[in-house]
Amino acid sequence: MNDLFVYTLRLGDDALIAAQRTAEWIAAAPQLEEDVALGNIGLDQLGQARSLLQYAGQVEGADRSEDDLAYFRDERDFLNLQLCELPNGDFAHAMARLLYFATYQHLLYEELRGCADEMLAGVAGKAVKEVAYHVDHATQWVLRLGDGTEESHRRMQAGLDALWPYTAEMFESDDLVRRLAVAVDPSTLQAEWERRVMAVIDESTCSRPVASYQHSGGRTGRHTEHLGYLLAELQHVARSHPGATW
Amino acid sequence: MLAGMDSFQATIDADGRIEPRDAMPEGYRKTLIRQIAQHAHSEIIGMQPEGNWISRAPSLRRKAILMAKVQDEAGHGLYLYAAAETLGVDRADLLDLLHSGRQKYSSIFNYPTLTWADIGAIGWLVDGAAIVNQVPLCRCSYGPYARAMVRVCKEESFHQRQGFEILHTLCNGTPAQKAMAQDALDRWWWPSLMMFGPPDSASTHSEQSMAWGIKRHSNDELRQRFVDMTVPQADVLGLKVPDEGLSYDEETGHYRFTEPDYTELYDVVKGNGPCNQQRLAHRVKAHEDGAWVREAAAAYAGKQASRREGSAA
Repeated sequence: MNDLFVYTLRLGDDALIAAQRTAEWIAAAPQLEEDVALGNIGLDQLGQARSLLQYAGQVEGADRSEDDLAYFRDERDFLNLQLCELPNGDFAHAMARLLYFATYQHLLYEELRGCADEMLAGVAGKAVKEVAYHVDHATQWVLRLGDGTEESHRRMQAGLDALWPYTAEMFESDDLVRRLAVAVDPSTLQAEWERRVMAVIDESTCSRPVASYQHSGGRTGRHTEHLGYLLAELQHVARSHPGATW
Repeated sequence: MLAGMDSFQATIDADGRIEPRDAMPEGYRKTLIRQIAQHAHSEIIGMQPEGNWISRAPSLRRKAILMAKVQDEAGHGLYLYAAAETLGVDRADLLDLLHSGRQKYSSIFNYPTLTWADIGAIGWLVDGAAIVNQVPLCRCSYGPYARAMVRVCKEESFHQRQGFEILHTLCNGTPAQKAMAQDALDRWWWPSLMMFGPPDSASTHSEQSMAWGIKRHSNDELRQRFVDMTVPQADVLGLKVPDEGLSYDEETGHYRFTEPDYTELYDVVKGNGPCNQQRLAHRVKAHEDGAWVREAAAAYAGKQASRREGSAA
């Protein structure tokens, strides 16, 4: 398979699966303002996914659209991070995931917007502004919850800890990213990511999560059990009517 | 005080706008609080039947449009609650009234969304009916409500077009898609007609609201307007309105139609609809699950304020 196709698919799948989870919060958020904010964030993620999947289809040259790629691939063909597919927990869990993921995306898109591939650079240039807002939103909430009440502190700590074992996967390097000139080698982002995330965690009065077993496999299509269910829901109407347009 | 009430009546008579600081009769204030709050509740409960299809929307474009639409509804809820707050009530108290069942929301949202076509039908019929109800509210005598309605109506008209477009695509698609569209119209037609409330002969709130310039047209007038607008659109879609009594009256230029079964409306309003329990339970759960978050935000804001005070001293 074409390296650029696979690389673009990785980024697109991250955004798509993250959007699907974020959208689950709409009409279930702690307050109306947050329904609006999470709706915004989910829409940004979905918009990034659409641009990236459209481009992936174009790069592949097999005439697959964004919808072909989103609705007619099976779980072993999805290349997203496991962090994105984990089921939603409480609101602190959601903000921990957003802090981890959006900080990573922000660093990644900042690099990618200067890359030689015009399309990827364009998508990254737009997305970097969006994810800067996501980082800010997550940061504000991690501070409020970490330094709010006893209960919110406990929940914030639990969210940060529960997702920590899924963070190293973001920074895994492999032959593909080293071979593909336009790709950002994610291992180069890790130190700055840790610096930024730890600064927020410290200010929130939570403790830094301790080093732990780290999950891996999303980039090669090995996922948690949860992705199958997420895709079953996402894909079922489209697959029930093959060839239909909507 | 008398002078205040005189000027209230003079403003109403001149078709002017009452603003938050103006004197107003207690009944006027109460009626508006009830109406605006129930309108706001309808927006946020209405997020559920449509939100039900975000995860399953059959294309990424449709998913994005639906997310944006449900988000719009949250936004409508926000500024309607803000409009109600200009009358001296609190959003938190209004939410308590909703959660405890003491204030209602539009009973249309107590029907389930069973297929993707229902998302089209809600946009086309439910938002269509909402527009017919709400356009006259842009001229409501209470300024903040009238101004909120101007913005709401603009967005609703976009929602209605996207609903029609969903159905138009289905009706020009496969036989299964077209059947899905017809089934949705069959189920949503009668509840949509009920959105205009009881017939004029049985409407309890209408007369006073008309005199105060809150309400501009009777329920039956608005219902007729909706039918006249919608039937030709059903023809464009190639769908059959499920009313054997439907016919065009050349003389009046209006459609004759069968009245919906109002006992069903009264029943659903009382709490006996397919989704009443589910909708309220979901809302209450989201609110209760979020309580610790709202408490934390308040506690944090308090700490920040005292830190600022400490550093200023």
